[in-house]
Amino acid sequence: MYTQGLDIKSDDKSVPLEAGDSERALAFQARIDAGEKIEPRDWMPEAYRKTLIRQISQHAHSEIVGMLPEGNWITRAPSLRRKAVLLAKVQDEGGHGLYLYSAAETLGITREEMVEQLLEGKAKYSSIFNYPTLTWADIGAIGWLVDGAAIMNQIPLCRCSYGPYARAMVRICKEESFHQRQGYELTMALAKGTPEQHRMAQDALNRWWWPAVMMFGPSDANSPHSAQSMQWKIKLFSNDELRQKFIDVTVPQAEYLNLRVPDDDLEWDAENGHYRFGEIDWDEFYNVIKGNGPCNKQRIKTRQDAHERGAWVREAARAYGEKRRQRAERSAA
Amino acid sequence: MTQHGWPLFEVFIRSKSGLSHKHAGSLHAADAEMALLNARDIYTRRKEGVSIWVVESKAITASDPHDKDSLFEPADDKIYRHPTFYSIPDEVKNI
Repeated sequence: MYTQGLDIKSDDKSVPLEAGDSERALAFQARIDAGEKIEPRDWMPEAYRKTLIRQISQHAHSEIVGMLPEGNWITRAPSLRRKAVLLAKVQDEGGHGLYLYSAAETLGITREEMVEQLLEGKAKYSSIFNYPTLTWADIGAIGWLVDGAAIMNQIPLCRCSYGPYARAMVRICKEESFHQRQGYELTMALAKGTPEQHRMAQDALNRWWWPAVMMFGPSDANSPHSAQSMQWKIKLFSNDELRQKFIDVTVPQAEYLNLRVPDDDLEWDAENGHYRFGEIDWDEFYNVIKGNGPCNKQRIKTRQDAHERGAWVREAARAYGEKRRQRAERSAA
Repeated sequence: MTQHGWPLFEVFIRSKSGLSHKHAGSLHAADAEMALLNARDIYTRRKEGVSIWVVESKAITASDPHDKDSLFEPADDKIYRHPTFYSIPDEVKNI
């Protein structure tokens, strides 16, 4: 999902994978098992803290980088209505990134550290944002499929064990539903439009379907940290469970639009009540995660440029704030 | 901590008049005025509020989680502070 990087072997050996079995660790697990929420100043195992920092910061980075593929189309939206909607959606993504950075900060990492990790290319973010948005139809596909997949993952996280993360997710989920619906509506306008518009919608589905299915991360068999995260209730469903759920709800939505899901092996399994689907190209997935997707370098470069160009604004605001503080102190003296 | 010298603020929002301000989250800003503007953009994009408070996080004094028992447990055995502790016959009305 937005935190696929957690499933990839980390170079950071300082992150312990197990909570340990000290008395405090057992008491901590008992609190989680009882459905209690953990708050920032409560004792927590170092592994829980570090795993959450990685998870929440990767999630935040995904929101921030996620603004780029869509931001690409704001100036070219085909109507004022679509432009206003897209602006609002991209602004929401920025807001989601900020809620999540704040939640991560409660665990003892600073905003600068997280931003630095992203800009230096050390941090992971969702593989999906390393694909290009080639046509206007891609904006529809992103809202419908990418935000649809994100909702699958984020709704359970509203119940996760860490209070600030759960609260951020509640806020995000309230806003995310609009994102998916506007995307479906946009795709519907194309799919029910001229034959050429229908072809555009189909082309976008062809290119975004598999990357969206990959958003859920490696299959459960190749997701070594999942068991611990599930025990801590910072992951509520397995990657494969969520992927299946996404496919089951999305295929009928494509059928309604008379669009074809680009998977020759896709088949309804009436006995199990699920769709069976084809093999995922895991080489592509790992390649994009490792930084070799179509847009990885461009995304990081764009963030670096934005950060550098904004430096004078941050500095000016800081100096102005400082000047006002000093004036206030002088007049109080 | 700070972002380029920008302190952390806590944001409280009154969702409508008649209700109290409730903690919404936090943000970084150069000063309180900017914190208010940022809070408006970050936390009230969908009419979530009619009033915003911001306060520098470092100005908040919080109780220590370790003191939870000594602070709050004494209330556990004082059930006579609740109306249900007292039995009143059914015939008696309006009480």
